[in-house]
Amino acid sequence: MIYAQSPLAIGLFIAFVSFVLGLSFYLGRKKSSASSYYAAGGNVHWFTNGIAFAGDYLSAASFLGICGMIATAGYDGWMYSIGYLAGWVVALFLVAEPMKRLGKYTFTDALDSKFNSKPIQLTAAISTLMVSVFYLIPQMVGAGVLVQPLLGLPHWVGVVIVGVVVTIIVATAGMASTTYVQFFKGALLLIMSAVVVIMVLFRGLSTTPVNNGVVYHDFKPMTATESMVISDPAYSVVAGLDTAFGKAGFVKLAKDGKESIWKFEKTDAGYNLEQTLYVTTKEDGTKLYNGAAKEAGEFFPVGHVKELRMNGKDVLTTGAVGPLAYLSAIKDSTIVLWGKKYVVDGHEKTEVFYQKPTPGTRVLRPGLKFKVDNATPIETFNFVSLMLALFCGTAALPHILIRYYTVPSQAAARKSTIVAIAAIGFFYILTLFLGVGAMTTGVINLTDNNMSAPLLALSFGVVLFAVISSLAFATVLGTVSGLIVAASGAVAHDLMDNFLDIKMTEDGKVRAGKISAVVVGCIAIFLGIKFEGMNVSFLVGWAFAVAASANLPAILMLLFWSKTTAKGIAASITVGIVSSLGLILVSPDMYAVYGLIPKDAPISFNSPAAISIPLSILALVIVSLMTQNDVNRGHAVE
Amino acid sequence: MGHGPAVKLGRDDAAAYKTKLGVKMFVVYTIVYFTFIIINATNPKSMETVVMGQTAAVIWGFGLIGLALVQAVIYNHLCTKAESEMNKGV
Repeated sequence: MIYAQSPLAIGLFIAFVSFVLGLSFYLGRKKSSASSYYAAGGNVHWFTNGIAFAGDYLSAASFLGICGMIATAGYDGWMYSIGYLAGWVVALFLVAEPMKRLGKYTFTDALDSKFNSKPIQLTAAISTLMVSVFYLIPQMVGAGVLVQPLLGLPHWVGVVIVGVVVTIIVATAGMASTTYVQFFKGALLLIMSAVVVIMVLFRGLSTTPVNNGVVYHDFKPMTATESMVISDPAYSVVAGLDTAFGKAGFVKLAKDGKESIWKFEKTDAGYNLEQTLYVTTKEDGTKLYNGAAKEAGEFFPVGHVKELRMNGKDVLTTGAVGPLAYLSAIKDSTIVLWGKKYVVDGHEKTEVFYQKPTPGTRVLRPGLKFKVDNATPIETFNFVSLMLALFCGTAALPHILIRYYTVPSQAAARKSTIVAIAAIGFFYILTLFLGVGAMTTGVINLTDNNMSAPLLALSFGVVLFAVISSLAFATVLGTVSGLIVAASGAVAHDLMDNFLDIKMTEDGKVRAGKISAVVVGCIAIFLGIKFEGMNVSFLVGWAFAVAASANLPAILMLLFWSKTTAKGIAASITVGIVSSLGLILVSPDMYAVYGLIPKDAPISFNSPAAISIPLSILALVIVSLMTQNDVNRGHAVE
Repeated sequence: MGHGPAVKLGRDDAAAYKTKLGVKMFVVYTIVYFTFIIINATNPKSMETVVMGQTAAVIWGFGLIGLALVQAVIYNHLCTKAESEMNKGV
């Protein structure tokens, strides 16, 4: 077992959820109008809203996913941080004030403000719903992942807990309670992440990290002769060079009846052997971790510095260092990262994790995950397209956009975005230290790197782990709250009230929103359970690509091109959704999800944004030019 | 129809100025961001170069995050100044 349940973590978790529910009931008691439900009455202070932005934005993908990716793939994980933050520049300079000026409760309101067009109301509402639901799935899956180590409960219980708690929060008080939950969560996340980073810097780097009193695994290399006689005679060969393992570069050995897998490297005298970690899946689906059941604890956490250099000298430990000296020492050292290979032997499949000593300069520059070195044009396109989606996606996420309606003025919208940039930028700098900290202190669970940040906290003791895990769970709660408000607004306000013209009283509108929130919550719970085991980052990337393709061209063209028409906007959203989703569905990554061979996919890239965004813009321009005589023609805002 | 702001907004004579300023700021950041992306895509090895004791990639990363904040503060300062000057009679 890499982690065991802690009563403190469980207690903190229950305390936090109770506090959130209490706050929600308190605020829900006072609020009742549609304006308060969807936009918190438009009276939230800009600073509170700015931190709440950070709370909304720093989702499971940011806190768990990015730290985990940095811990296993170095700088490439941080590229996500850089891309996500850059997206806020688009939000501040182009979208913040006009969104506040044009909209009432939802993103659709802003797009439709000049037109009163049924096609816009329908397409924008569908787009909001789709992006929100696709963004909800990874959050719910993230909740399931967290609950297993935190509470010792199965995945589906975690999904149901988040779904029920959040649905109660949202159905009780809407945007008001969501905003204050996000404010507390965002602020606590920043403070506690900074505390962990400070502790990482005080501890410094070591070639033999000690975590919470536990000494790191001793990876003792061995040698073997040409005929595979092992230097330690206690070991015997179980599967040698001529087996499936041998052909993949490994040998299976046994000592005292206990098996282990070693990676071999040819030398002049024979072979060098390095220990691996492995997960065996038996024919009946049973999984063994390093040859034993998971509970046996044989599958230990990893991550260490192989050769540590500081100021030009080889050292065993650096002691306390400043942030720049910490990164500089990483740059000059050799870090052990981990590669992965599959070996199929009869009816057994073994996933072997092997050591990959990597120079620090290589760790602290892109290329370990993204194929940029000697890349083909398609690989380069894939990388650029992903970074484009991250850049354009933020300013088109419905649960982010609706937060502009909670503040009283355009200046407040602008200032809250600046607070968000400061808070999120600070957090993303911290992610580099959290990720590299996890990478070098023996806390990475190779079967699930999402837990790297909480496990880094565990290396300082169970109290910090309890706090960070509860916060991680709160992160999911907060983001899901915002998404459910956005999705319920799309159903109750955009579709029922505007598109279908269903006459409702003020109370009726709030009731419709709350019922929609419950329905969307149930859908999210269902999908969260169905998508168990699916890659969280993959789904988040999907949501960003769809949002960037369907929503951003429509928003920007409405603001900056006076010939934009209602039909042009509806066409742009439709083409954006269809092209981005279509390309994702036939991408190599999706083929792997279907259980098909990725190489058989009709396209060879996974990021559609560089194609679907231009297509969406093109559709808007062509349809707008063709419909210039329509009475619904729009005007640039200024 | 249910459109229009959730709260009543006053007239803003500085809106046109702020929009132009926002576009200029956006263009500057976009150029820097995509320069970084293109270098990574075409010459990733150059990001290993040590600059001020760090890899160029780390300097670029901190630079892009810092630039976003610096531009945001400048933008807010200029917008606030324009609002106080242009909206005097509103």
